[in-house]
Amino acid sequence: MSTLLDVQGLTKQFVKDDTGIVALRDFNLQVEKGSFVTILGRSGCGKSTALNLLSGLIRPTSGTVTYHGSPITGPRTEISYLTQSDTLMPWRDVRRNIEMPMEISGAPAQERRARAMDLIERVGLTGFERHYPRELSGGMRRRVSLARMLVGDPETLLMDEPFGALDAQLRTDLQAELLRLWQDSGQTVVFVTHDIEEALLLGDRVVVLGLRGRCVLDREIDLPRPRDPDELRVESNFVALHREMTEALRKGAR
Amino acid sequence: MSTMTESPKTDSAGRADVVALQRSWWERNGRTTSIWSARIALIAGLIAVWQLAAGRIFDPSFTSRPSDIWTRLVEWNADGTLWMHSWITLQEVVYGYALGSAGGALLGFVLTSLPTVYRVLDPFIMALYAIPKVALAPLFIVWFGIEMDMKILLAAVTVFFLVFLNTAAGVREVDRGLIDAVRLMGGGPRDIALKVVLPASMTGMLTGLKVAIPYALIGAVIGELVASNRGLGYLISNSAAQFDTAGVFATLVVLSVIAAILNFLVGLLDHRVSRWKPAEART
Repeated sequence: MSTLLDVQGLTKQFVKDDTGIVALRDFNLQVEKGSFVTILGRSGCGKSTALNLLSGLIRPTSGTVTYHGSPITGPRTEISYLTQSDTLMPWRDVRRNIEMPMEISGAPAQERRARAMDLIERVGLTGFERHYPRELSGGMRRRVSLARMLVGDPETLLMDEPFGALDAQLRTDLQAELLRLWQDSGQTVVFVTHDIEEALLLGDRVVVLGLRGRCVLDREIDLPRPRDPDELRVESNFVALHREMTEALRKGAR
Repeated sequence: MSTMTESPKTDSAGRADVVALQRSWWERNGRTTSIWSARIALIAGLIAVWQLAAGRIFDPSFTSRPSDIWTRLVEWNADGTLWMHSWITLQEVVYGYALGSAGGALLGFVLTSLPTVYRVLDPFIMALYAIPKVALAPLFIVWFGIEMDMKILLAAVTVFFLVFLNTAAGVREVDRGLIDAVRLMGGGPRDIALKVVLPASMTGMLTGLKVAIPYALIGAVIGELVASNRGLGYLISNSAAQFDTAGVFATLVVLSVIAAILNFLVGLLDHRVSRWKPAEART
């Protein structure tokens, strides 16, 4: 398989008054096309900064991110980014929120509508097309965000703890939904989380980050798919992996 | 108006439990009805007390009395005085309001998109804002004469700052995350301005528009009080000069009716633009 995203020596420093705060130092990562990579790390380890850099939202202090061999200098439509917090437009109803990326790319109204309705159905929000975001529950808003991210048919999905704020049951549901939507789509996913179980359940490969983006562990996850969270939890293979990740996280904090 | 204040309850598949409610007329309209009844009772009570007290407790040559005010309004209506003067003032208010709010909103958007220019201009804008607009009236007479132009501009200047400051505040409070979201969709500055900043700053702009209504009236009436031979401001000073308190009060009634109508119109606009907001956040 070919390398789609290539991150070399990425460093990001934020300026506060007269001091620079290093959020990420010398971060390297190669992502194969069509793979599902989870980045596992404690909060404050620079995960979100890394994704912001990958998406092109912010520019690195040094280092490069190349996508299909060309450097990323700003946001691009092939890469979709689902942030931690909801960024749905509160004045747009569900359908018009989902249509937004297509509106910006200039798709005709009829096509936009058909595609949005299709995605609304796929994320299980039929009947809520005319609701405004604040009239929806947290889980439903996440579904809308998911649909909005998928509407432009992106090649690559960047996700920053997308289900972090949800209750455990809902998170399991949405994880299953994400896997269902991802399977056979050929899309590449970089998924950031602090939850070991989530990382193992979703990823083909788990990268554990320590402080300031130091790579502590990079490991293929060979658990068979489809993965059922309830069965997985008692499997010896999974338990061993879980222990390995816990150990790696502890090492990373030092 | 939507009465939904909570998120709909959903089952795991994301379908809402939508239940048809059987609500009686009173359950649906009872609150509005009782509030309006209380308002009417309050104003009726005040008028009754005023009517009874005038001549017994107060001297009616100072306080007039509701029946005299009504008689005066009927008289003015019959001889056309009321409509002639009200029409003049209404034009000044509406033109001044439109001019001031259009200028304020436009400049609010333009200047906030040029942060450096805004920072340079900020202290000067605040200094100009702090000038009592009444103090400008004599200058405006010199510049624009004592015709309607001067009153329109006086109203416009007053309205301008309020709409400008509120719009600018609204633009500056736009959620950074929403702007980033549009950038991620491949949107340029134009998309950001039209699809995020404009709708997000509507709340601030509408606040400015609402607050500015009485100031448009103040601007126009002050202009008329200072120098004029027409308009409601002139009618007030003329009536007062003749010690006609009923006339003064009658004019004040007309002014408050005009203010109420303008408030109502901006309220309609607000309601149309703020449909997405929670019911309790609307006014």
